Amino acid sequence: MAFNTLTEVQEQLREGKLTCSALVEEHLKRIEENQHLNAFLEVFAHDARSRATVIDQKIKRGSSGKLAGMIIGIKDNICFKGHKVSASSRILEDFTSLYSSTVVDRLLNEDAIIIGRLNCDEFAMGSANEFSAFGPVKNPLDNTKVTGGSSGGSAAAVAAGLCHVALGSDTGGSIRQPASFCGVVGLKPTYGRVSRHGLIAFASSFDQIGPFATSVEDAALIYEVMAGADEYDSTASQREVEKTDFSATSDKPMRIAFLKDALTDPSLDAEIRERTQELISQLQEKGHTVEGVSFPWMDYMVPVYYILTTAEASSNLARYDGIHYGQRSEKATDLESTYKLSRTEGFGDEVKRRILLGTFVLSSGYYDAYYGKAQKARRVVKEETEKILADYDLILSPTSPHTAFELGKKQLDPTVMYLEDIFTVQANICGNPAVSLPLGKHSNGMPFGIHLMGRAWDEKTLLEFSAQLMNNN
Amino acid sequence: MKLTKEQVEKLAHLARLEFTEEQKESMLNDMDNILGFVEKINGLNLEGIDPLIYMSDEVNVLRKDEVKQETSKDDALKNAPSKDTDYFKVPKIINRGEE
Repeated sequence: MAFNTLTEVQEQLREGKLTCSALVEEHLKRIEENQHLNAFLEVFAHDARSRATVIDQKIKRGSSGKLAGMIIGIKDNICFKGHKVSASSRILEDFTSLYSSTVVDRLLNEDAIIIGRLNCDEFAMGSANEFSAFGPVKNPLDNTKVTGGSSGGSAAAVAAGLCHVALGSDTGGSIRQPASFCGVVGLKPTYGRVSRHGLIAFASSFDQIGPFATSVEDAALIYEVMAGADEYDSTASQREVEKTDFSATSDKPMRIAFLKDALTDPSLDAEIRERTQELISQLQEKGHTVEGVSFPWMDYMVPVYYILTTAEASSNLARYDGIHYGQRSEKATDLESTYKLSRTEGFGDEVKRRILLGTFVLSSGYYDAYYGKAQKARRVVKEETEKILADYDLILSPTSPHTAFELGKKQLDPTVMYLEDIFTVQANICGNPAVSLPLGKHSNGMPFGIHLMGRAWDEKTLLEFSAQLMNNN
Repeated sequence: MKLTKEQVEKLAHLARLEFTEEQKESMLNDMDNILGFVEKINGLNLEGIDPLIYMSDEVNVLRKDEVKQETSKDDALKNAPSKDTDYFKVPKIINRGEE
């Protein structure tokens, strides 16, 4: 049962050739067979089966929702009422959500089936999915390689066909980079486009929920169901969500920019550079304008990102105190040791590193030199990016400087790891929507993504052009 | 800048974390690396630029101020590591007359 899009699945469902129950069984079987990937932290088998029965009835009556037949996995930082959610952390290992995130509610309202929760880096902090308290996720295309992160389980699950679509969250590239490593489509919507209500916070001014899928069409469909104003998240925009239209085969010439420095960056794999340049030439031949622009702020983006996200993380993670919910240390004897020991035992090393850095950049005496300066630099990067996008429709780059690397490759210097995000952080610093499209295949056998960033709130142009690009390549 | 071990200890206390001596050394090393890396932003001329504080340009959306009970007491206590029927339980905070 391999399908390209939900439209094909739904056709079969309507014609009675397929049922949701059969789909669920098929996926449960595949999940079972692929346990070695460590993509799922928990499978909601009972839930999925009973919902499938109900939705099959609705299909017969002709009253099913837009997402009937869609099997979805959710990253383990997205709340689903009555189900565990742990952010892949020991500190939340036994936590059960009291409510559903807005995205989950909206997907369920359209009759999607949620089949389980997916492994990720602890509190979404990481670029390899090796910082999960519950073990790394293996890349389905080569089990000796990482999936990327932090939404590694989501990327792996879609790539291995364990669900049609998966939700991830993206703070600096956590949807797009694993999508690139696993050869699937990953979309980060505009900041504020999708409600963050029920998303376990990492860095609140950067985090966005978005989909992984095997086609741009499915990613767009699920994005449109999730997007839009929400009374539970005041940062979710009131702007209307424009519908994408993939039937209109527009040959409208686009204006596309690429950052010259991105393509000459020494960390960029030579083959990925060549393939990106080839794609640029192809687009030019088709009549699109593709031009290199200079962007002297390139080197500052990852530092700005780390200062601001660790600051926000140190505040957001202050809530894990071992008192109201989460793990409490058995060794705690008083209030202070309850906080300190519960947090020390509950958080992993990378989370601690980031909390410590965030505490430092916010601390008195250093605030202006780090946090304050990074906020100013963020404005510069945002305004300069907007200037490029005033003249061009999209900005193109590779998603990641290389393909998926070896699992367990000990990373001694965290700053090397942080450069993973070099091409993706711009979209989070500025809030713009961006996709990674699985357009590349390296001679080492692994896929790599092409990254497109659009204007804020213009997912429509971004997605329609992405679909065109995918269908022509 | 380079941090001292005392600074790492102070930050750890502020963040309510504890580290062994060995971990302190490794955190110190990592922090020095990371700070050396993020200090690149000192190369930017940011004179006269306002910090970007809010990502959103949305205006307030007002609603009626209605009382709603969305979480019951039982639910709120469900995930507590230690509780009785009405309260979260914490270790003893004040020790009376045992000084």
